[in-house]
Amino acid sequence: MNFSTKMFSLLSAVALTVAFSTGAMAGDVIKIGIAGAHSGDLASYGLPTVKAAELVVKHINEKGGINGSKVELMVEDDVCKPEVATNTATKLVSGGVNVVIGHICSGATKAALPIYNEADVIVMSPSATNPALTQSGDYPNFYRTIASDDAQARTEVDFAVNVLKAKKIAVIHDKGDYGKGLAEFAKLFIEQGAKAEVVLYEGITPGAVDYSAVVQKIKRSRADAIIFGGYHPEASKIITQIRKKKMDTIFISDDGVKDNTFIKVAGKYAEGVYATGPADVSSNPITKQYREEHMKVYGSEPGAFFDNAVAAAIVLTNAIEKAGSTDPKAIAKVLHTQIAETPFGEIMFDEKGDAIGVGFSMYQVKDGKYVQVK
Amino acid sequence: MEYFIELFFSGLTRGSIYALIALGYTMVYGIIGLINFAHGEIYMIGAFTSFIVATVLSILGFPLLAIFVIAALAAAVWSSAYGFTVEKLAYKPLRNAPRLSPLISAIGMSIFLQNYVLLAQTSDFMPFPQLIPEFGFMEPIAGIIGSSDLVILLTTAVVMVILTWLIKFTRIGKAMRATAQDRTMAMLVGINVNHVISVTFIIGSALAAIGGLLIASHVGQINFFIGFIAGIKAFTAAVLGGIGSIPGAVLGSFILGLTEAFATGYVSSDYEDVFAFSLLVLILIFRPSGLLGKATIEKV
Amino acid sequence: MISLKDLKNAFLVSLWFVFLTFPLMVIKVNPFERTIDWRWQNMGYVAAGSFICYLASRFFLASKAAKQKKQKLLDIPDKPKSDWQQRLLSEPRLYLPVLGVILAILLIFPQIFSTYQINIMITALMYVVLGLGLNIVVGVAGLLDLGYVAFYAVGAYSYALLNLHFGLGFWAVLPIGGLLAAGFGIILGFPVLRLRGDYLAIVTLGFGEIIRLILENWNDFSRGPSGISNIPRPGFFGMEMTLNQSISYLYYLMIALVIFTIFVVNRLQNSRIGRAWFALREDEIACQAMGIDKTRTKLSAFSLGAFWAGMVGVIFAAKTTFVNPASFTFLESAIILCIVVLGGMGSIIGVIIAALILMLLPEYLRAFSDYRMLVFGATLVLMMVFCPLGIISTVRRTYTIDKNLKTSNDREDYT
Repeated sequence: MNFSTKMFSLLSAVALTVAFSTGAMAGDVIKIGIAGAHSGDLASYGLPTVKAAELVVKHINEKGGINGSKVELMVEDDVCKPEVATNTATKLVSGGVNVVIGHICSGATKAALPIYNEADVIVMSPSATNPALTQSGDYPNFYRTIASDDAQARTEVDFAVNVLKAKKIAVIHDKGDYGKGLAEFAKLFIEQGAKAEVVLYEGITPGAVDYSAVVQKIKRSRADAIIFGGYHPEASKIITQIRKKKMDTIFISDDGVKDNTFIKVAGKYAEGVYATGPADVSSNPITKQYREEHMKVYGSEPGAFFDNAVAAAIVLTNAIEKAGSTDPKAIAKVLHTQIAETPFGEIMFDEKGDAIGVGFSMYQVKDGKYVQVK
Repeated sequence: MEYFIELFFSGLTRGSIYALIALGYTMVYGIIGLINFAHGEIYMIGAFTSFIVATVLSILGFPLLAIFVIAALAAAVWSSAYGFTVEKLAYKPLRNAPRLSPLISAIGMSIFLQNYVLLAQTSDFMPFPQLIPEFGFMEPIAGIIGSSDLVILLTTAVVMVILTWLIKFTRIGKAMRATAQDRTMAMLVGINVNHVISVTFIIGSALAAIGGLLIASHVGQINFFIGFIAGIKAFTAAVLGGIGSIPGAVLGSFILGLTEAFATGYVSSDYEDVFAFSLLVLILIFRPSGLLGKATIEKV
Repeated sequence: MISLKDLKNAFLVSLWFVFLTFPLMVIKVNPFERTIDWRWQNMGYVAAGSFICYLASRFFLASKAAKQKKQKLLDIPDKPKSDWQQRLLSEPRLYLPVLGVILAILLIFPQIFSTYQINIMITALMYVVLGLGLNIVVGVAGLLDLGYVAFYAVGAYSYALLNLHFGLGFWAVLPIGGLLAAGFGIILGFPVLRLRGDYLAIVTLGFGEIIRLILENWNDFSRGPSGISNIPRPGFFGMEMTLNQSISYLYYLMIALVIFTIFVVNRLQNSRIGRAWFALREDEIACQAMGIDKTRTKLSAFSLGAFWAGMVGVIFAAKTTFVNPASFTFLESAIILCIVVLGGMGSIIGVIIAALILMLLPEYLRAFSDYRMLVFGATLVLMMVFCPLGIISTVRRTYTIDKNLKTSNDREDYT
């Protein structure tokens, strides 16, 4: 009897805390969760987002916060693993997070979203490009400041077939979630277009010590162009070996490769490589400002998805400010209806959660820099 | 036919690199019966040290040959130092523990070293300076075999010869073989077993460091995670050839490298690792102690 | 307690570590800008850190040695600690109340703690079962298996796929997943029957990788690396549940499974087949000479071990609602193996404690953020160095025959 009354008071106390911790506002802190890979082999894709959010939030707090409440970051590592991501997500939700920037990898994002969905938390990823995330309609709370894989594959294939007039295309991927998904779309689009043929479709093993066997195979297939789905470490290894073998095959890749690290690592071999990426934003004042700040604060150039993460942080804080509360419905309304100034220019979101105004253009490496192809 | 030759050389290059790492595994196993999971990390540290040294030297404006030599020496010295320290800290206290305890200690060490380099240096991929120039005389056959492939093959060959000489004819080599056969007996005849084990770790680590330098220069980039996959593959190669046997490790490495190259070339690189591991299973079914491993006959 | 010699050694040790960590800790190059950053302050940290660590370890070892010496002088029996442990474990009068308290805490756990805490507790419990399963193979039967995660993957994918294609529910797939995994255990078992020790280890490692690679490459079958999402959580008589409720539900389900596992594994270990496994571990030849069928014993160990991994795999898929091959890497097998060895091979309670430590440690180490995995690695090494036999060494049932009486049912615990 006594026990059950105690139990009841305990339970109601828990219930009350839960009730108070959601939807509180004004004078309170606003908690922004940052979830992604911050350790392990994919850390280099997750850490720039943390830095981006830190910089944006520093500005906001210096100005006195959003509508008078300070912004606080809750940084949580998910190692890009689905099973860890669910723990990360519940941790953030239990901690009373208001909005989340993340997760970085599509797989982890897919695992975490049902939890955010249930808790009614808005999630915005700077980097998860899997088409199903927005197109399936399963995840109404999800937004992203990056375009999806199929849009990217479409740009690549159109460019290869219509602009470069490639007839024989080798499609190579890194067997990963992102790379293979992209390669599948590319293969599909090439076959649908029927103007060119896929002469080779192969997955390479990321991290392997040497790719010369695959390079020989590409050479043998007599492809005029390679479409590669994957990230820059593998891309630079392959392009280096291709060029060392005196092959001049055109190399087209994705925004995992449109990274300055690629040019720096591949050096002279990067010259002439095509890669799709978000429209050129280096002249945008916001982009410039944050890149310079990153240089000043962290002493290095920003890493992967930094601009996207800055955009996500700006868009979300902006939406909370305009909505005047952390109520997810109010935030969502702002996201869908009002324009925000970001590193990508003015963006807002369509009903599926994809950013309008974040599209892809084609770039080529010229003299050690990515230059937009007109 | 040209295609076949090309694949053959690409397999040989892979095999040589596996061999340089596999030797460390097999030597350590031969002497203390431990799968040294941290060995891949020693290879990574070798690559990283040579990256740091080579970059510093190239900023200071040293000539290429000097950079190559100094970076290789530095990599060997520091990798050996790490190998030596890891053995003293993580394995020596476990000399008489159950067989699996040092294995877990090795796994822990591997995780520790990876994260140590991640924190002390960077999580990003770093461009490795090209230490092996494109030789002019290689120009006509550059499509088949590149300059760095040639250097890797030659270095591996030279290292094998030196190692064989070391094991066969020197005092320390004899002590190593004696310790591998029977540690207690070796102690009784006056061999300082701890000393021999340390030397084994030092030699194994230096070989891995040279492997690290060569492969990093060949592919042109490194990060803190490269040791993991290379380590697993080299370990597979060592077992394939019969773990504990030095010629076995080399043979196993070449077989593994060639299998991967031909599987990629004639079937699909999607399944290259499946081929590699299936081959391993097949060979072990018919020769349970690997190709050149001695079948252990247990006397009761 | 610390002599001058210790100080001198500590100085030498710190000098060695300064040398060792010099290139990696002090120099940071930026090959793009072609600049070198000399971080001399790190050298100071390393020197001070290694100096203190050395002295601390000396102090620790010295006090341990002094204690042992004192015990010898006073003629105190050598292992009072394990005696205490074993008494606690063997007498129902002592262990039942403890067990009751633990069970009570476990049962009210979801009422007190947040969803996050429950969630990581579920993960920890899953690893308890995985550890107990692998314990059959490695700890009891002595077969070193580095590819245990393959069976875990089989379970997870069997739920994901059977649900996707045939709409089968969680409860239907739970036993199916376990049985499928057990089947795979036999498939793996056959080719490796002749192999021993480390050859077995590498083949099982290869087997684990093969399973993962097939899941990654065979898109038509498994949807490849993008995985299968929207897997339903376990149902409870068709009741609609909120996230919090279903997590608590899953928690109780895991508790039930853990208890069931402990019960079965305990019975197995003391059964005929269990004793055969122990015999196999100790000496294969003697074991065969005693008329034990080696093939059957080995295969049963593999398949029974795999069975648990399959069941936990099903729960894993239901918990994360998403599976992709990236969850089933070699590192996962290594962690499960660490649980078994750290717990003390073959000891059920040890495995449970080790699973809880290894799974909860990284979660609570999140406060250290960047240093999390570094500390994790170091902990594994330190725990092995300081207690190489694991947390709790195995208690084996032994039968003694009293010479005075012709037969006796008395049993004592083996020390």
